[in-house]
Amino acid sequence: MHKMHNTPLGRVFDVFNHIVLILMGLVTFIPFVYVIAASFATEAEIAARPFFLVPETITTAAYDYIFSTNTFVRSIGVSVLVTVLGTLVSLLLTMSMAYPISRKNLLGRNIILNLVVFTMVFNGGMIPTYIVVRSLGLLDSLWALILPVAINPFYLIIVKSFFQNLPTELEEAARIDGCSDMGVFWRIVIPLSKPVIATFTLFYAVFYWNDFFNALLYISDSAKWPVQLLLQQLIMVANVDFGTMDTMLTDPPEESLKMAVVVVATLPILVFYPFLQKHFAKGILLGSVKG
Amino acid sequence: MAQLSMKSKKAKNDVVVSASQLTNMQRILRDKWLYFLLIPGALYFILFKYLPMWGVLMAFQDYSPFRGFWASDWVGFDHFINFFQNPDFIRLLRNTLILALYDLIFFFPAPIIVALLLNEVRMQFFKRTIQTLVYVPHFMSWVIIASITYVFLTTSGGAVNAVVEFFTGEKINFLSSPDWFRPMIIAQVIWKETGWGTVIFLAALASVSAEQYEAAIMDGAGRFRRMWHVTLPALRSTIVILLILRLGNFLDQGFQQIYLMTNSLNRDVADVFDTYVYFVGITQGMFSYSTAVGLFKAVVGIILIYGADYFAKKMGQTGLF
Repeated sequence: MHKMHNTPLGRVFDVFNHIVLILMGLVTFIPFVYVIAASFATEAEIAARPFFLVPETITTAAYDYIFSTNTFVRSIGVSVLVTVLGTLVSLLLTMSMAYPISRKNLLGRNIILNLVVFTMVFNGGMIPTYIVVRSLGLLDSLWALILPVAINPFYLIIVKSFFQNLPTELEEAARIDGCSDMGVFWRIVIPLSKPVIATFTLFYAVFYWNDFFNALLYISDSAKWPVQLLLQQLIMVANVDFGTMDTMLTDPPEESLKMAVVVVATLPILVFYPFLQKHFAKGILLGSVKG
Repeated sequence: MAQLSMKSKKAKNDVVVSASQLTNMQRILRDKWLYFLLIPGALYFILFKYLPMWGVLMAFQDYSPFRGFWASDWVGFDHFINFFQNPDFIRLLRNTLILALYDLIFFFPAPIIVALLLNEVRMQFFKRTIQTLVYVPHFMSWVIIASITYVFLTTSGGAVNAVVEFFTGEKINFLSSPDWFRPMIIAQVIWKETGWGTVIFLAALASVSAEQYEAAIMDGAGRFRRMWHVTLPALRSTIVILLILRLGNFLDQGFQQIYLMTNSLNRDVADVFDTYVYFVGITQGMFSYSTAVGLFKAVVGIILIYGADYFAKKMGQTGLF
């Protein structure tokens, strides 16, 4: 429809527009390509060439090395564990709380809803939360990476709205067949919510995999560091302080090792990226519908 | 007459009562399984959201980890007074406001412009490919983004500095220069979030009907007039809402991003409220003082959010709540 009335100026704009967008795409993506390329390159090449997209000599030495160290393999294990367990806990808590507060005739529903919404505008802040986590004895426990962030109130409200908009016929039929609220929730509501569960599985999983803040706050034992915290120490602190770390970090970290750690820490996101793109866009649009 | 109307009023009340004959106790018993499902979530909010809110009272104490919350001395507003008299206060406020302002001027319009550009692309395949590329960094952690920034900006072999050296003959230490800290932070945000920021605008544009464009063409509007008079107005309410949200969070600069880019050389311009609370509270153990700083920020934040909401409603927008 635009095509019919394209002026010469319009055509110039089209060319300009495509060039700008291609440049944007490249600027966004090429840094990742360089990091991947550098992770397969030799130390000498990284030192000699400031930028390349394909290494001259391809070597997996960096990967061989990082996967032979305890520190790295352990941190991947911690990240995987926290991501899987955290996502499960978060989904379970979010779904089971969203269902009751989606029932309009539940006594106290509005008070609960308002209390939840209030936590979105005001919170106790970093230090009081830290004190609570500490007094629960969760410092240096992997639960500290999960429990204090188990429910995202935004997600809770979105899931609640989703439950509210489910067709009621099935539920009523189940009730006539003698289902309790619990039965309706497990046998009717949950199976009907598969798309929402898929979306929020990804939301929570990406959050747990990427989280660095909670590990920084609550985990001081380097044996329990998730990969994000290890990477931060490796890249940003390594040239300052080696004293407290074990073998892998006492060797001056070479450039290709850093690159390899970045690649491994990024990999799950890239692998799941096609799903992420689809579901996140859906989620952000769900979120813009008022609860 | 009066009696009759009273009677009918009473009758009405009776009807209401009989519609929900159950007492509160009966309603609770009827919904016992629903309350059961609610327990874990409620515990979460009580423990990790409301208990810390009550914990902010620490800001009015000299909290000692050894004596605990109950036995610590109360000091009133001492920590707040100390904070406001401390030169750190002005420095933090300045850093935060400047970053927020830069963000508003340089980052905020970026997704709108890119969404407009993407909207003008007719080849769906091209459009989708570009979208797929520019969304990627949104899903990466700040640690990954900061690592890539270090790799590219470092003076020892970074690609950006190779280019800078080629043109100027000397290197720039972006990572530790106070002058480059703010541009670096804003560039990171633009790089990470511009692509993803277009999603919400593109969704708003998808709802513009083809007839509107056809009508504009009929009226003789060219390409750019259509962008100006049809496309841009379709984005107006989305822009206003996002702007309000942004103003409501004006003091929130991303903790993770700033923490990761802060070092001893750029600390003066890098410190914002959240990172200050971390450094003073967690690493130096001044719990009460840093809680006071955090509480100050949270209270200003809540005023900003409700203020923005009030303002939005005044302007005829739907507001946030």
